[in-house]
Amino acid sequence: MNHLFPILTALAYLLSFGMYARFLGTGNKLTGRLGTLFLGLGLIAHYFALLERSRGLHTVPYHDLYGSMSLFGWLLALTYLGLELYHRQRSVGAFVLPFILVFFLAADLAPADRLSPPAAHGATFAFHVTLSILAYAAFALAFVLSLIFLGEERLLRSHKLGNMVWRLPPLELLERMSQSSVLVGLVSIAIGTALGFVTVDRLEGQHSYFDLKYVITLLLLVLYTVYFFLARTTAWRGARASKLCVFNFLIVVLNFTVVGFFLSHSHRYF
Amino acid sequence: MEIVLVGLNHRTAPVEVRERVSFNAEQTRRAAEELRARGILEETLVLSTCNRSEVYGVPPESSHECAPGLSTFLSEFHSVRSDVLSLSLYHHYDREAVRHLFRVAAGLDSMLLGEAEILGQVREAYRFAHEHGATGPVLNRLFQGALEVGKRVRTETELGTRPMSVASAGVKLAERIFGKLNERKALVLGAGTISEQVVSHLRDRGIAQLQVMNRSRDRADELAKQFGGKVVGWGEWDTALLSPDVVVASVSAEEPVLRREIVARAMAARGNRALFLMDLGVPRNIDPSVGELYNVYVYNTDDLSEIVQQNRNARESEVPRAQGIVDEHVTKFLSWQASVELVGLVDALRTKMREERASFIRSRMEPMKHLSETDRAHVEKLMDEMLEKLLLEPAERLRGEKELRRKIQNVEALRDLFLSNREKP
Repeated sequence: MNHLFPILTALAYLLSFGMYARFLGTGNKLTGRLGTLFLGLGLIAHYFALLERSRGLHTVPYHDLYGSMSLFGWLLALTYLGLELYHRQRSVGAFVLPFILVFFLAADLAPADRLSPPAAHGATFAFHVTLSILAYAAFALAFVLSLIFLGEERLLRSHKLGNMVWRLPPLELLERMSQSSVLVGLVSIAIGTALGFVTVDRLEGQHSYFDLKYVITLLLLVLYTVYFFLARTTAWRGARASKLCVFNFLIVVLNFTVVGFFLSHSHRYF
Repeated sequence: MEIVLVGLNHRTAPVEVRERVSFNAEQTRRAAEELRARGILEETLVLSTCNRSEVYGVPPESSHECAPGLSTFLSEFHSVRSDVLSLSLYHHYDREAVRHLFRVAAGLDSMLLGEAEILGQVREAYRFAHEHGATGPVLNRLFQGALEVGKRVRTETELGTRPMSVASAGVKLAERIFGKLNERKALVLGAGTISEQVVSHLRDRGIAQLQVMNRSRDRADELAKQFGGKVVGWGEWDTALLSPDVVVASVSAEEPVLRREIVARAMAARGNRALFLMDLGVPRNIDPSVGELYNVYVYNTDDLSEIVQQNRNARESEVPRAQGIVDEHVTKFLSWQASVELVGLVDALRTKMREERASFIRSRMEPMKHLSETDRAHVEKLMDEMLEKLLLEPAERLRGEKELRRKIQNVEALRDLFLSNREKP
């Protein structure tokens, strides 16, 4: 297998992380722009790395755990880049890039699983999986943003500003970014889940409508919708909403790990 | 093509001298005209701010020779005794003059390290001089370089980003919570000097709405009128605290005027929308326990002073980086200056050689009667070609090779070697 694109991807993400970290440390705008540029290049290289992996294994990227992780990393990078461009805020990059890097490297360094093909296939199924992974990526981003919010809020309340607080985004912007990210996740998971039920329906009795994964996913849909409204309209805005967002992501992780691996009959990973 | 700078600033002159030697727009124009008319300078630019008055120029002769004339001119122009003025004046030449200007534009020479206003003042001084035809190629290049240095230092370092006064630190902190303040509202308790300073900063940051609450209605009216705000009656907390995002308190009171229950009630009515409170009163105007309420941020004078001190240290730590940018641009400017001078020298050499060639041919061809007119023209052409070849190649290399220009350190020495005083460009 050709290793050019994985190497280019890792290099671009590493450089992007370096530039974002330097931007956070020094405030030099040029390094921030370079961080964005390298992230964009990383996304392109990552896309070709995924494509190459799929061709090599003659299957879709989300066929096995590692391919799914790599796709998750790619969608996380894509969502972050979109959010960065929309909100014109680069100081969060240094916190997000390590997650992208970890998922990409863990996926790329691991061997491919030799699994039997899933029962479902076709465009509807592909959209169901891709949108679900996109939703998890968006929720992961909201989680990181909420953690930054909580850290910055604590520093501001305790009057211990240091150098960092002056370079982080304002609290209200972090809230807006987190809400944008959750909105992307909500739309994706809603459509993705609906497409999942369509896929189950087409399989005509091969899968049950009652799977714990469905229950937890619907619970997530409710929890994130609650977060979205609480964070915008009521006394929960601020740190409380951010804590709820962190809690919601723990359910996402639970859904992905314990439920996905052990308690679901029809899902492999996402 | 040398550069001279004569001036004074907050470090060399007390305010009594600085105010006498400052230039208004009309004086700036007149001084530039007179300096050129008297032949003291060929290009002139006057930079006058509240902390400095400096004259930059390109003299027709050596910069060291023109400096005394420039000092005398300043003394006469402002009617200040030369012995008084000379104690405050500094003179910089060439490299040091360039370096000084670049440091000024970067904010490294300012009273408040890294202050941003100076770059605008340099830009304005340059625009004014350029529009009045007082600058030429050297000062144009020099000041364009200075503006670039200032811009780079502001974007690539944090020399000017941190607030350096209690009032500006408070406003910057509000921006850490709310982002841009142009859609935000502020309430000011008290209408004294401190409140005025904070309001001025809030206005600079584009605060959308301002309310003033003061025990004395007249003073509140005055401050509100000055900054385009509204007056709220003293003690009307339930309505006054409903809409503002930022509250600045600076009133004279023995007990806190903003008690916990007042703010708690207001927060409930506001749906816990974040509230930033700046307590600049001594004794404190805001009950410290207010800071424990959800989504309420309280900073008092001591907190803000500590931030200012931290920022001062942080700015000082940025000086080496800013100085690095200054040095880089000084080298760049001097390299450009050397290239222009070297190219001028080569042109002068070419002119000289052409003249030499004419008299040389005249004297040498006189005995060669056997040569026809065609042969003579041919010989002249050959000599022209040889001279061109001798000078053209070095001239092209000087234009193209930066490193070569850097190696040729002393253009004056080359001039002295090849040209007499009369022939120097």
